[in-house]
Amino acid sequence: MSKILEIENLTVSFDGFKALNNLNFSMEAGELRTIIGPNGAGKTTFLDIITGKVQPTEGTVTFKGRNLAKMSEHAIARFGVGRKFQTPRVYLNLTPRENLELSCNRTKNVLGSLFRKQSSGERRTIAGLLETIGLVAKADIEAGLLSHGEKQWLEIGMLVAQSPDLLLVDEPVAGLTDEETFQTAELLNSLAQSHSIIVIEHDMEFVREIARQVTVLHQGTVLCEGDMDSVQSDPRVIEVYLGHSDDEEEAA
Amino acid sequence: MAYFFALGGYALAMHTNLQLPEGQMPEFFMLYGVSDLPIFWKPFASFPFTAIAIFTVPAIIAGLLGYLIFRNRIRGVYFSILTQAALIVFFNFFNGQQKLINGTNGLKTDTETMFGVLMSSPEAQIAFFRASVLLLVGGYLLCRWLTSGRFGRLLIAIRDDESRVRFSGYDPTGFKVLVFAISGALAGISGALYTAQSGIITPSAMEVSTSIEMVIWVAVGGRATLVGAVIGTLLVSYARTFLSEEFPAVWLFFQGALFLIVVTALPDGIMGLIRDQLWPFIQNRLGLTPVVAFPSLVDPEVEYEHQQLESEEKS
Repeated sequence: MSKILEIENLTVSFDGFKALNNLNFSMEAGELRTIIGPNGAGKTTFLDIITGKVQPTEGTVTFKGRNLAKMSEHAIARFGVGRKFQTPRVYLNLTPRENLELSCNRTKNVLGSLFRKQSSGERRTIAGLLETIGLVAKADIEAGLLSHGEKQWLEIGMLVAQSPDLLLVDEPVAGLTDEETFQTAELLNSLAQSHSIIVIEHDMEFVREIARQVTVLHQGTVLCEGDMDSVQSDPRVIEVYLGHSDDEEEAA
Repeated sequence: MAYFFALGGYALAMHTNLQLPEGQMPEFFMLYGVSDLPIFWKPFASFPFTAIAIFTVPAIIAGLLGYLIFRNRIRGVYFSILTQAALIVFFNFFNGQQKLINGTNGLKTDTETMFGVLMSSPEAQIAFFRASVLLLVGGYLLCRWLTSGRFGRLLIAIRDDESRVRFSGYDPTGFKVLVFAISGALAGISGALYTAQSGIITPSAMEVSTSIEMVIWVAVGGRATLVGAVIGTLLVSYARTFLSEEFPAVWLFFQGALFLIVVTALPDGIMGLIRDQLWPFIQNRLGLTPVVAFPSLVDPEVEYEHQQLESEEKS
């Protein structure tokens, strides 16, 4: 399989503070990768880089063989990267159906939005998606009235509607009940069959549920990579998570 | 918006000022010793050109300004400050250019003619009034069309969460520029009609206070509704006419008070009041309202199941 995403020697600094430091990362097409790491490890910055919200200070990001530097957010989104934000970001004054329609729409320029009618294919895709994310009954009420979990799913649905090649999912189960967490894991697992997905998560139970390959970020760089068991037993990971900073300082 | 309004007004006034016998120039040019008509005046002698320029010139300027503002992702308070600052620049320019457009005195239209009819004559005034009503309806329908459908939903989406829109693959800049240009065009048309009916356009139409007055119209009528803007404009302008004739000294205080009251007590304006208070009240009195609980007691899922059961029973 070919590499869908390759990141080489990536450094991002904000006024001298290095949020990401000489990071190397790559993933295969069709992979479901989980990224974990303590607070401030640079996980969200990592997504900001891929989606074009932040420009790298050094290094390159290559997606589907193309360098993403200098591409604007909407161009990257059209090129095949969909992003779910940490807090659910859906359009609260529109219904779930309308939310999905906006993402699903293929002609995203001004004139297309004004004059083009929705195709029956799009309508079917949307109906199917509403089913997948379990919002058929609530398809036509304002999204602002949905529960937190339903908003999370709606946003995941909006990503899928974009039909991206790579899904970036930032903390999809934050604030969800156990049952909702379980359902979200199932949803992501089923999506993984046809998409490449990067999930960022804190919830270890959830990570265990979905993870095949795990990448641990620490202080802006990759600490280790591997399957869940080997990562969890890695002494460096335990150190980072449980914090033996005193020893570290002594060693330094 | 005030400068687009004034631009439309000036375009029409230039046209009427040029309805002169061959070889003559508008009088004020003599006062400043200008012997040749400035180049940009010339095309305004033609009515078709003027009619098109009334909305295209403001639209193009609005589009350019909008592009610069929106491309650099200037929003909210900074956007307001920038447009007001641009307004002052325009105002000072028009105010200072005696030799080009008669500076602070503005251009009079009431003593001029159009199609050979005196602008202040009753026939002309009635025609302009009819044109205003027609164009108001036309403008309303245009806005209605824009705000309904997918384009309208996208505008709501941009308002609610612009960066989410970006990450869904849309570039909000184009949409915002288009809307800004259209509102510029509408302001230009209204400025032309205003000038025709008030008889004069001066740079004071571009003062910051005029611009704020336009905001008050919308605020009073109800933000985020199209009808609200129309109602607010009619009410406030009527109140302005009435009060400024009866009590010229206090009109401005009244206007300020009105703005404060609307912002603090009626954030959704008259339309909001009707929608949220008056309409439920009437429904209640007529016994039309079902009991509404919020959050809804009737779970949509339960409702859906009911419907399913019913349809199963039928079949």
